[in-house]
Amino acid sequence: MTAMSVAPGTEAPVLEVTDLRVQFATDRGWATVVDGVSFSVGRAETVGVVGESGSGKTVTSLAVLGLLPSPPARVVGGSIRLGDTELLGLRRRELEEIRGDEVAMIFQEPMTSLNPAFPVGDQIAEVFRRHRRCSRSRARARAVEMLGKVGIPDAARRARAYPHEFSGGMRQRAMIALAMCCDPRVLLADEPTTALDGTIQAQILDLMRSMRDEFDTAIVFVTHDLGVVADICDRAVVMYAGQVVEKAPIDDLYYHPRHPYTEALLGALPQLDGGTEVLATIPGTAPTPGALPAGCRFHPRCAHARPECAHPTESAADGVALRWLSDSVASRCVRVDELRLRGAR
Amino acid sequence: MITYALRRIAMIIPLIIMVSFGVYALVLMIPGDPAITIAGENATEEQIQATRERLGLTDSFFVQYWNWISGAVRGDLGQSLFSSQTVTGAILDRFPVTLALTAAAVTVALLIAVPAGIIAALHRGRWPDRAVTLLTSIGISMPSFWLGILLVMVLALATPIFPAVGYTPLSESVLGWAHNLVLPAFTLGLAVCAEITRQLRGSLSDVLHQDYIRTARAAGLRGRIVVVKHGMKNAAVPVVTVLGFQVGFLLGGSVVVERVFGIPGLGDLAIRAVLERDIPMIQGIVVVSAAIVMLVNLVVDLSYGYLNPKVRQS
Repeated sequence: MTAMSVAPGTEAPVLEVTDLRVQFATDRGWATVVDGVSFSVGRAETVGVVGESGSGKTVTSLAVLGLLPSPPARVVGGSIRLGDTELLGLRRRELEEIRGDEVAMIFQEPMTSLNPAFPVGDQIAEVFRRHRRCSRSRARARAVEMLGKVGIPDAARRARAYPHEFSGGMRQRAMIALAMCCDPRVLLADEPTTALDGTIQAQILDLMRSMRDEFDTAIVFVTHDLGVVADICDRAVVMYAGQVVEKAPIDDLYYHPRHPYTEALLGALPQLDGGTEVLATIPGTAPTPGALPAGCRFHPRCAHARPECAHPTESAADGVALRWLSDSVASRCVRVDELRLRGAR
Repeated sequence: MITYALRRIAMIIPLIIMVSFGVYALVLMIPGDPAITIAGENATEEQIQATRERLGLTDSFFVQYWNWISGAVRGDLGQSLFSSQTVTGAILDRFPVTLALTAAAVTVALLIAVPAGIIAALHRGRWPDRAVTLLTSIGISMPSFWLGILLVMVLALATPIFPAVGYTPLSESVLGWAHNLVLPAFTLGLAVCAEITRQLRGSLSDVLHQDYIRTARAAGLRGRIVVVKHGMKNAAVPVVTVLGFQVGFLLGGSVVVERVFGIPGLGDLAIRAVLERDIPMIQGIVVVSAAIVMLVNLVVDLSYGYLNPKVRQS
């Protein structure tokens, strides 16, 4: 339904996801959890994929690497292009060559994402050696070099330590070293700072920024936290119930949101000067893939909903189509032209 | 790691003293006087008393224990009451047989259990897993004497591929030794195999759902490496625990299977000693078995240190 959603005029993207559709087997048949998602990310660019849990953002990032468990998941349509290579439909062996080498990934849980049974340096060296087919000593040197780059002091010694001897922040640094050791073109970051303390969070974001600038990596930053998105992303894609509801450059998204869901997410951000104000929440819960509302999927929770929001639009048989408002901003709101939405304060 | 190993070894010494004391006390409490048995049916009271003194049974319990334990540390576990053999000699005769049988059984078990466990874990909930689960349930519930007799009937009597009973020492003929061990090794090995498969399936399929396995896959490591290296090292701890139990049990002598196949191992020696009330022999076998079990446990403990780096520190 949104096959033409790449904004015109952008340079050839490194990673381009087009109209991706992913289904999961449930007791009542196949449920579509990612429904026509499109986005792209360019060299040295950071694109945020924002949404609540269950919005399909993590499924989207796992689909890029072909890491969705099958069963129960299946990719039923769309395209995932890495440069000139179509990733969907690649054989497992071909995907294994790309994973960790051209597309790397870091995860939310630094405490459990490294193997407890092997020294940290060995885990990095193993990945480097697997893709670069170099000598053991070369790989070991690379591991130490990467640990140094991510700011682990005394890297040569710490490379021999086990993950349980690292703090949470250190482990996430080591994860980044592991992901970046083969100089990937794309880094998928799935909530990499969510499990960390505020100060550590800021350090990890700084580190990711400097790694991006050093390696010219394209970063897809998956998170529920618009604050983090504002901190690191150039553009963002907001997802709701498996669909992209808004995409925009970060300043537009913040100060001039064009979808009520984005407005609601911004309203739920804690305000430093808010004082006694109670944190705003979005009423209701996100719909489950088996029971999506007709028309706009957000309308039951939307402060601006009108009766017409419950009806599918002509351009999209099963809901509301994503519409480009300018060459870089798109929204899936029926009333986008009449609404004046409130941005971040 | 070295301090960890030394601490583990140091813990064994008091344990083995306690076990030996317990064994010595327990066996002396068994009703019946060996002196009466040894002196013969028509012995007079004086002859029996003389036998008692000769055997040292008139000394106090602690003196008896001290004499025995101080001999034991020098490798002298006493004299069999009924044969001319020393207890140490008899055990040294029999132990290599049991060791060979155990090694063969464990080899059979691991050769089947490791692939079967991996396949079941990789296909959890689907038909290969169900097939493996069914077979392990059968393997665990099947009594070994029944399986042994069945194997003898099919593979030794109906189609004479393997000998039904007997044992050929390794020094005599390597081929004959192996030939004789096949059926008993399978009989013992299949039960061990079932236990290990079940354990491996459970722990490996848990491990394969861990975040670090996803990390390894996301880094492009090959599927086989992810399972065998990253998965197995983490899944091995409960498996090694079960394997340790089983090896300890087998090395103590598997009485029933040794009987069924006529193998002169420790189990066979033990059952004779019990039937003849050969007290020094019983004591020697139990203490040696206990020491073996503790040694196996030590090896298992040390393997924890290798498999799980966290253990080394605590």
